[in-house]
Amino acid sequence: MNTAKVISARDLVKVYRRGSEEVRAVDGVSFEAGAGEMVAIIGPSGSGKTTLLNMIGCLDNPSSGSLSVGGRQVFGGQKELSERELTVIRRELFGYVFQKFYLIPTLTVEENILLPGAFYRAPAARQARDVMALLGIEQRRSHLPGQLSGGEMQRVAVARALINNPKVLLADEPTGSLDSRRTGEIKEILRGLTKQGITVVMVTHNLELARSADRLLEIRDGKIHA
Amino acid sequence: MNVYAIAYKNLLRKKTRTALTAGGIMLSAWVLATLLGFNKGYQQGLNRDIDNMGFQVLLTAKGCPYEAATLMLKGGTGLRYMPESVVKTVFQNPEVEKVTPMLMHGVFDPNKGENGAVAAYLGVDAQSFPPMKPYLEFKQGGWFGSNTALEAVMGYEAAELETREVGDKLLIPGLDQEITVVGVLKRSGTQDDGTIFLPITAVQKLFNREGLLTGLGIKVKKEADISALENRLYDLPDVQVVSMAQVKTTIMNLVNSARVIVMGIAGIALIIAMAGVINTILMSVMERYAEIGIIKSMGAMPLDVFKMIWMETAILCGLGGAAGILLSAVTARLSEAAVRYFLPYAPNGALIALDGQITGFAFLLIVAGGLLSGVYPAWRAARVRPLEAIRIEGEQ
Repeated sequence: MNTAKVISARDLVKVYRRGSEEVRAVDGVSFEAGAGEMVAIIGPSGSGKTTLLNMIGCLDNPSSGSLSVGGRQVFGGQKELSERELTVIRRELFGYVFQKFYLIPTLTVEENILLPGAFYRAPAARQARDVMALLGIEQRRSHLPGQLSGGEMQRVAVARALINNPKVLLADEPTGSLDSRRTGEIKEILRGLTKQGITVVMVTHNLELARSADRLLEIRDGKIHA
Repeated sequence: MNVYAIAYKNLLRKKTRTALTAGGIMLSAWVLATLLGFNKGYQQGLNRDIDNMGFQVLLTAKGCPYEAATLMLKGGTGLRYMPESVVKTVFQNPEVEKVTPMLMHGVFDPNKGENGAVAAYLGVDAQSFPPMKPYLEFKQGGWFGSNTALEAVMGYEAAELETREVGDKLLIPGLDQEITVVGVLKRSGTQDDGTIFLPITAVQKLFNREGLLTGLGIKVKKEADISALENRLYDLPDVQVVSMAQVKTTIMNLVNSARVIVMGIAGIALIIAMAGVINTILMSVMERYAEIGIIKSMGAMPLDVFKMIWMETAILCGLGGAAGILLSAVTARLSEAAVRYFLPYAPNGALIALDGQITGFAFLLIVAGGLLSGVYPAWRAARVRPLEAIRIEGEQ
């Protein structure tokens, strides 16, 4: 594991208003993650795990605090970044994996993996083949998502997240729709990615998956407890 | 993998919905191209019919000018009579190059069709009529020898209908008079195809109309002032002047009035198709709300998403529009038959003239309309925030 800090969050706060009530979904969270480190965020439902993950992934703005990713000041800097600048950061630094996969049903496995390239720099076909080989889905390249198992679909989603060579892979309940055997497969894949220097930050309720992380962050009421 | 391929494949998700929307666009394109083609074809046909009459001014006995014009365009003349002496009077005008007298007479033929029908005979002058119709060519035989001969020249369709050839006899119903067919014309695409021509003096004698005419065709000298001639002819007693230019204008005005209504209907069809496109694409955007958010989280800019959705609209309208244009070309003859059935007068020849200009314009109008209707759904999609999509995922 490289000790260079890829993510550095300081006193991140996210406040929502629910009618007249003020809800502090994330309340002063600070943490750092190095290159190739795997961090699991756990906690009960509504504790602020996903909100924290969204802020790290530049999908949501913190109410206060600072965040730098890959050496770039994203939040809390001298000027607030525009939506366009945040989009550029998202596509250059992050890969996202979601519980429901969100594969496009009319595109083949290979086309789904190459999808981010339609909007950014188009990856070489060889790169797509390498990622498919890494995740063991090269035999499924011409299949449609409807012809895959849940575990295979999640592997395709991971491959899609990796196609633009992200520094950080963010995964929100990546095994939430999978059985224990498929969960084990995804766990091994994520661990394998950290060996290539990719930082993995995941939100999970699965303790087996969480225990495989290098670091465990437990959140309750928006605050880190461990 | 590019935005266009993604857009195309997205349309394949809901094949029935896509097909129905494209079908709506196709119908709009069909209506639009057919109407534009009809407008052009009708105008061309009318010009051709009037130009092929061989004369620019027609004199008839006083009566309804529209009735006279319609009868004349259908191959007859106004069935009122004027004295033959009018020929000399007209010839005195310096603008007149040629005149040709005509006498139309109709006889009820109980053996024609299921319930009988009127058989019309057009008496023409053997000397002056053929030079005014230089485009008429003979399939068999030629013009009659004199104006008193009991001979007939049959238009192509009249000969087909009566199954007559040169040398055959024609029996005029009620007169027990046989007439020898001396010529059969080739198809000309004009009202002459259905006409039976007889020598004018023979018609006057056979039907007791000596010294009378139903019409007088006037060919005007080149560069002569037609309106000055018409003004002088208006002063003749019991005669009315039918100017071919006026006939053309009058008929076109009537057709244009009808066209405004029909184009209005075509416009409504286009608007309905556009509403269908908005509905389909917007529904598709709403169904893929989360997915679009995920695409944006991958780094797609709002413009990328806008292009992707707009491209779906363009493909839908392009395919529907092309199919509609094709349909209008395939069904042109069928549409033409329907139009002929409903219109009291339709010129000969192709009524629906579909050329590159018309089909290109109709196609571009449909695609432009479709693209316009795709702006709102594409804009809605471009505004999707990734976080909203993820929240929706969490709530589902």
